[in-house]
Amino acid sequence: MTAFHAVAMLSGLVLAPLLPGVINRTKAAFAGRSGQPVLQLYHDLIKLLRKGAVYSRTTTWVFRAAPAAGLACVSGALAFMPAASAPALASFGGDIVLVVYFLGLMRFLTVLSALDTGSSFEGMGASREVQFSALAEPALFVAVATLARVSGSESFAGLFAGLTPAAWMAYGPAFMVVLTVLFLVFLVENARIPVDDPNTHLELTMIHEVMILDYSGPDLAFVLYAASLKLWLLGAVIVNLAMSAAGVTGSLAFVGFLAAMMLLAIVVGVVESTMARLSLLKVPRMLVGAVALALLAFALAGRLSP
Amino acid sequence: MNLILASLAVLLAGSTLCLLVPPGGKRAGILGPAIAVLGSVLGIVPALDAMVGAATWQASLPWVIPAGSLAVGMDALSGFFAFVILTVSALAAVYGHAYLSRTGTARRVSASWFMFNVLVGSMLLVVVARNAVLFLLAWELMSLASFFLVMFDGEKREVRRAGWIYLAATHFGTAFLLVLFGLLGIRSGTFDFSGFSALRPEPVFAGAAFILAVIGFGTKAGLVPLHVWLPEAHPAAPSHVSAVMSGVMIKTGIYGLLRFSTFLGAPMPWWGWTLMGAGVLSGLLGILSALAQRDMKRLLAFSSVENMGIVAMGLGFGFLGISRGSFALAFLGFAGALMHVFNHAVFKSLLFMGAGSVLHAAGTVQLDRLGGLSKSMPVTACAFMVGAAAICGLPPLNGFLGEFLLYRASLGAIAGSGAFAGMEGAGLVLLVSLAMVGGLAVACFTKVMGVVFLGEPRDGTAAQAHECPMAMRLPMMVLAAICLLAGISAVLLPGFVEPAVRCVVSGPDAVALAALSLPEGVFSWTAGAGATVLLAAAALYLLRNALLSRRRVDSAVTWDCGYAAPASRMQYTSSSFSAPIVRQFHAVVRTDTTATRLSGLFPSGASFSSEARDVWREHFYAPLFKLFTAMSARARGLQHGRLNLYILYIVLALVALLAWKLR
Amino acid sequence: MMPLVDSVHVLILVTCLLLLGSSRLGACIRTVAIQGIVAGGVLPWVSSLHISMQLLFTGVFVMALKGIVFPVLLSRAMREASASREMSPFVGYGTSLMAGVLFFLASLWLGAKLPTPDGVSGLAVPTACMMVSTGLFLIIARRLAVTQVIGYIVVENGIYALGLAVAHDIPVLVELGAMLDAFVAVFVMGIAIFHINREFDHMDSGRLNVLKG
Repeated sequence: MTAFHAVAMLSGLVLAPLLPGVINRTKAAFAGRSGQPVLQLYHDLIKLLRKGAVYSRTTTWVFRAAPAAGLACVSGALAFMPAASAPALASFGGDIVLVVYFLGLMRFLTVLSALDTGSSFEGMGASREVQFSALAEPALFVAVATLARVSGSESFAGLFAGLTPAAWMAYGPAFMVVLTVLFLVFLVENARIPVDDPNTHLELTMIHEVMILDYSGPDLAFVLYAASLKLWLLGAVIVNLAMSAAGVTGSLAFVGFLAAMMLLAIVVGVVESTMARLSLLKVPRMLVGAVALALLAFALAGRLSP
Repeated sequence: MNLILASLAVLLAGSTLCLLVPPGGKRAGILGPAIAVLGSVLGIVPALDAMVGAATWQASLPWVIPAGSLAVGMDALSGFFAFVILTVSALAAVYGHAYLSRTGTARRVSASWFMFNVLVGSMLLVVVARNAVLFLLAWELMSLASFFLVMFDGEKREVRRAGWIYLAATHFGTAFLLVLFGLLGIRSGTFDFSGFSALRPEPVFAGAAFILAVIGFGTKAGLVPLHVWLPEAHPAAPSHVSAVMSGVMIKTGIYGLLRFSTFLGAPMPWWGWTLMGAGVLSGLLGILSALAQRDMKRLLAFSSVENMGIVAMGLGFGFLGISRGSFALAFLGFAGALMHVFNHAVFKSLLFMGAGSVLHAAGTVQLDRLGGLSKSMPVTACAFMVGAAAICGLPPLNGFLGEFLLYRASLGAIAGSGAFAGMEGAGLVLLVSLAMVGGLAVACFTKVMGVVFLGEPRDGTAAQAHECPMAMRLPMMVLAAICLLAGISAVLLPGFVEPAVRCVVSGPDAVALAALSLPEGVFSWTAGAGATVLLAAAALYLLRNALLSRRRVDSAVTWDCGYAAPASRMQYTSSSFSAPIVRQFHAVVRTDTTATRLSGLFPSGASFSSEARDVWREHFYAPLFKLFTAMSARARGLQHGRLNLYILYIVLALVALLAWKLR
Repeated sequence: MMPLVDSVHVLILVTCLLLLGSSRLGACIRTVAIQGIVAGGVLPWVSSLHISMQLLFTGVFVMALKGIVFPVLLSRAMREASASREMSPFVGYGTSLMAGVLFFLASLWLGAKLPTPDGVSGLAVPTACMMVSTGLFLIIARRLAVTQVIGYIVVENGIYALGLAVAHDIPVLVELGAMLDAFVAVFVMGIAIFHINREFDHMDSGRLNVLKG
């Protein structure tokens, strides 16, 4: 392992808070506003880290430990994600499962900390979170399994390395479906429109934002940073897959990866500006649709042989 | 060998000692668990030896039992299960010592410990028996002992009902086993297992025997649709008994299935699909039913159905792998299943003990009346949280390892499709089911943990809860420590189940299997990553403390949209937490809701309650048994109470026998 | 192998899943229009090796029929019936989607059994079967007449695509199929609108004042 191996993870750790900034700028442009600075989240994080905190008397150590542990989980998951030509910090057969389950542990802790406050609003958010993720997880797994079926690898690093432009020629249609599914999962898991509105201030309609209502100070900084890392992590899955179609190598590919991440953020901004939020009762149907699409892609990958 | 026999002797013979002391006295409460612990500790060492493949022996003791021999033996498979049984039983005995002495019914304590020791001894006998008659004897002893343990609170109506359902179900399963053993015995001419394994049955016979074994052992393991007894019986028993029953006793079903599958020759693909189908059904229906429950112990019992489903999926995948010649995948499937057996034994007994402590502290396990217990019982809450995370299969705890192996098996089947032709479908089924069950398990156990231990007490009794005594805390702490240590020291674990898997996949294929083992270093990766994340979490937590140490930290009420007087009754309840998911799957889980509507301009009172219904019992078993009752009603005509006609029956029977003999 | 053709097939498959999963009639009509354009016009163009005038014209005709005429008629029927969404289908949407996946697996199996002529994508027959089964499922599992008409159209798309796949490069047949289309359109729409009127005449808001006591 050399310093080079750390590039992918470090770039994620450093640049992840940029993504929400880009999304917000895009939305502002659509709304005809100038919007927050792109670096707003960095400022917020620094400000929050320097503040004190207020805790609810109901909460226990679970509430206090969850943000730190959640941040550790998502960082741990990030170590297994390559960034185009920059290799992952660590990689082994089956790390796909570990990454998904680290995100699961983070969710487990977030949900418990929400229930720890005893607020019915946070309970509501927690209930929705577990319901939606129980459906998003199979979709993600089947989508990734489709890629594994083609590339013959069980790790993220091997997965994307095995996807060449030639594979895209043969399996392109299936990969397009996989990209769609991954994008849906990306939106659901990161609580974006059309599933959840990160900007709303009506507690009844939120999912992720309502679960973290009671956090303040350094804890909130951890939570926000972890959320941006998760955005980066799941975005990287999409971008890595899309980049594999281009077949570029070397440092150019890495630069392209970073540019594509920003492009993804802009796309998210466009989606959020042009779509309305789905009614919460319809979200499960969309997720079942994502599972169905993923299964379709999986069957196609078996059918479309080169 | 001597130690195992000594352990058996201590448990079975020593149990009678419990009957000699005064039934309600303090001595019974000490003697009983002492015997259980002594017997277990004696047995653990040789079991561990056999489990790692170091010591295998077989012996036939010079006594005879009718139609059978007292043949006992030990190999890695038996050792594995014996280790699981004895470890959990010893800890449950320590827990039970404090638990029983504090829950009202003191008069039956000695009888209860007698049965407990018989149960542990008979479970051990089941896994070391090498003769079908002895096996059946031990099996029956185990069922009866657990039946009496369930009936501990027999004065309660629902407990009696649960006990009778259990007794009926377990004998339903045993009936199939009787037929199975009879078939095998007739075919091989002996009831010794050594004779069975010399059989080379043809496919039709083997298939029929396999079906019998799946029904017979699947009833004990609680696979859907044979699970109906499990959510009745396990919650009704005292908590330490629930821990043993749900943690280890149902695993004897898995042991039996594995042991008898070795007598049936090469498996066929449909065996694997049958088990996988039952596994997927059990996994999904189990966890969905668990989500709908409002009673903590009932919820845990349904989650046992789910976990047995995961084990069955692994076994099915393993059988499928053997039948298709993909031994590497078969190995992963069996290894994952066995590791999950161990893990489930640890965290499920931990969770049942936690439920017992809650019952002991707050007097109820109704989820919607509890809340905020982590303030009054911090140790129990912490241990329970570890168990809850482990049962969701989350790293870095032990539950992750078994599921990880199964995921590896499925991904291996998918990614290596060229090498393992025909396994992609099974791999996909396994993958989707595991992901689905895993996600729902997170929903289920965040609900329990959150509703019981976090937030505010919803009820007066929950507010006055207190931590349980040391003897109850200690076993939970030990089990939680096993969850964590097994998770982050995973380097040791492959050696743990590998010999046992080799027992199942034996015979001519052993050569092929010998070349295989787990991919080097995979577990060191998961363990290393888990430990690193744990350390990082600790470091970040310390950073947070350091940051906050110099600043103002205030406390206030929970933010409730500006509403300044939140009350504990406003919290999300367990039913409201799970309602969206349950509604989404209403096709398979039904709940009855009763509500009084609000009326008038100033409504005074309203109520809402929901109760999960057991779809299988209502729509499958109830009509079935109604049919049986109707059929047996016809036979009732023979029973009319007239003595002279009864004597006529006897005479007719004798004459018929005489005629048949003289023909 | 044939990335373009396969992409078109996958697009059709996705429209099938969308039809199974959406409750809004407007969205369904738009989806079936897209499917009609793709399956009726684009598919014959991309999957045939040489484009003849005949093929071009039938394509344009079918696209105009399925992409413009049908949707307009259906939208009008929808407005007249004042029903914008399927309220309570016989089979839920999640279940329908999973059924769709099963249909696709069955179609793949069927496609492997049926002989596919050389030069035709391996997905052609499965896609056509998928459309037929999706259409039939919609007819069976939905309550509203408009959705059932959509089902008829999807079935018809499937039959057209199936003809295209197995009777590849026989323009006369293709043309006949197109003519049949027009016939079916008039016929089915006539019946369907009759059905819709019959089903909804009691919902005529003009009659509500009769209820006044």
